[in-house]
Amino acid sequence: MKRNLIALGVAALAALWSGAASAKPLDVVVSFSVLGDIVSEVGGSHIAVVTLVGPEGDPHAFEPAPPDAQVLAKADLVVVSGLGLEGWMDRLITASGYTKPVVVASAGIASREMEEDGAKVTDPHAWNSAANGAAYTRTIADALAKADPANAKAYAVNGEAYAAKLMALDAWAKQAVGTVPAAKRKVITSHDAFGYLGAEYGIEFRAPVGVSTEAEASAADVAALIDQIKAEKIKAVFLENSNDPRMVSQIAKATGAKLGGTLYPESLTGETGPASTYVKMFQYNIETLVKGMKAN
Amino acid sequence: MTVAEALITPFADYAFMRRALVACMALAIGSGPVGVLLMLRRMSLMGDAMSHAVLPGVAVGFIAAGLSLWGMTLGGIAAGLIVAVLAGAVSRNTLLREDASLAGFYLASLAIGVMLVSTHGNSLDLLHILFGTILAVDDPALLLVGGIASLSTLVLAAIYRPLVMECCDPGFLRSVGGRGGLYHLVFLVLVVLNLVAGFQALGTLMAVGLMMLPAAGARFWAREVASMAAVAIAVAFASGYFGLLVSYHFRAPSGPSIVLVAAGFYGLSIVFGRYGGLLSGVVRRRHFYR
Repeated sequence: MKRNLIALGVAALAALWSGAASAKPLDVVVSFSVLGDIVSEVGGSHIAVVTLVGPEGDPHAFEPAPPDAQVLAKADLVVVSGLGLEGWMDRLITASGYTKPVVVASAGIASREMEEDGAKVTDPHAWNSAANGAAYTRTIADALAKADPANAKAYAVNGEAYAAKLMALDAWAKQAVGTVPAAKRKVITSHDAFGYLGAEYGIEFRAPVGVSTEAEASAADVAALIDQIKAEKIKAVFLENSNDPRMVSQIAKATGAKLGGTLYPESLTGETGPASTYVKMFQYNIETLVKGMKAN
Repeated sequence: MTVAEALITPFADYAFMRRALVACMALAIGSGPVGVLLMLRRMSLMGDAMSHAVLPGVAVGFIAAGLSLWGMTLGGIAAGLIVAVLAGAVSRNTLLREDASLAGFYLASLAIGVMLVSTHGNSLDLLHILFGTILAVDDPALLLVGGIASLSTLVLAAIYRPLVMECCDPGFLRSVGGRGGLYHLVFLVLVVLNLVAGFQALGTLMAVGLMMLPAAGARFWAREVASMAAVAIAVAFASGYFGLLVSYHFRAPSGPSIVLVAAGFYGLSIVFGRYGGLLSGVVRRRHFYR
């Protein structure tokens, strides 16, 4: 929240300053921290980004405050991830009276399905594959160019450079996961936000609870998972930063598995954390996963 | 599947089932008697009020100590105590009844909590992190509920007579020179400790559900406070046991399963209860006219 306010202040200052100087930067409002970093990389100094759900925040659940609606009302462009991630966004946009375009960064991505309470729903966590991140980047670069034609060239250049960086990261991740024998590529974590990452890089993710942080496990589910871990000898068990870690530590204890560290599936950390940007987050997640899986 | 396999094997095979069962037992022993006394004081909804009232303390704990369960639990206990004691003091010294003064204080507390969370914290759901689940009970959580159940039992034993008198006839207690206010205060402290420990270890639904449902059902089966508390403890523990089995055999979420078993007992008690149940009136009337 504090970061949002600072960003808001910066945006306001920038707007004041630009009145005297050249063109005013494009005001872009982004739904959550990971996406905010991608948009900043593409827009560079030509845009002022406000991120609604800041670092360490849960993008599934967000309680907007009046300033958020104000920022939104004055924005030139809104970027969301889509695929059902930001359930709160539509109401906020309606409430704020914002009428300019809303860019869905995941547009055109082959979406995956995931199981939630027995029903098939679309998995929104597409950015956990760097290849998808590159697709996000291109979508965002096009949208920025359309909204601000004067700087279209800069957006295209930045976007291409950043997408190339992400594709290189994608190749690196495939190679890194490739160093783990195929039979050992199994991981347990408390939140199944890694469907895209697992599919892209060939890692099998198991989770004790469904996608929503509200889902409550049944005794039968937990017992089945413990049996499975014992049978398949999975040692890589990971906590994540926006969920209850107690369930995972219990399962790890019952099976002799080792806790492999924290993963960051859907939010960046603060400046000092290990996942302060999208690139660092992705690298950190892959490195942590590979290290954990080698112990299997 | 034999009967033994259905009833015992799940607990023999899995440590998490045993821990959950022990946690249910501790919760039953601690909360059963407290729930009965709360019901007799007509404060059955206090548990739900408390689950909101602890928020500012949890937020202060988070701001001061980060994501530490102990910091957040201590903060929650402090906030709960302040709300309970203030509400108790207001109801003793003004014309306002205890339920109304509690509602006033807990709403104010909840608002302060929401304010703190949104100005100092981030959008992490603190209560979601603080409130545990019965399947994820770890050693510290087990020690916490066990310790509080023991403390609660000892303190209740020590202040039992004056406390029951204070609940039923405060005027009489005062006339014989008893210090009702003191016992009332100690009782409120016990209520808050039991509830907050329950929230941290097992979640709101479990903590409040196992405190109030068995107590409300026990009202129909016993006439004295002590026997009512005994029935409540037995029913709370049995609900935990059968609820866990339901969750294990039918893939149902555990907390709701346990609370629903307790609710089933409550429903049966309303109909068949020996003292004041729906059918007991019918039986008695026939008996009377014959």
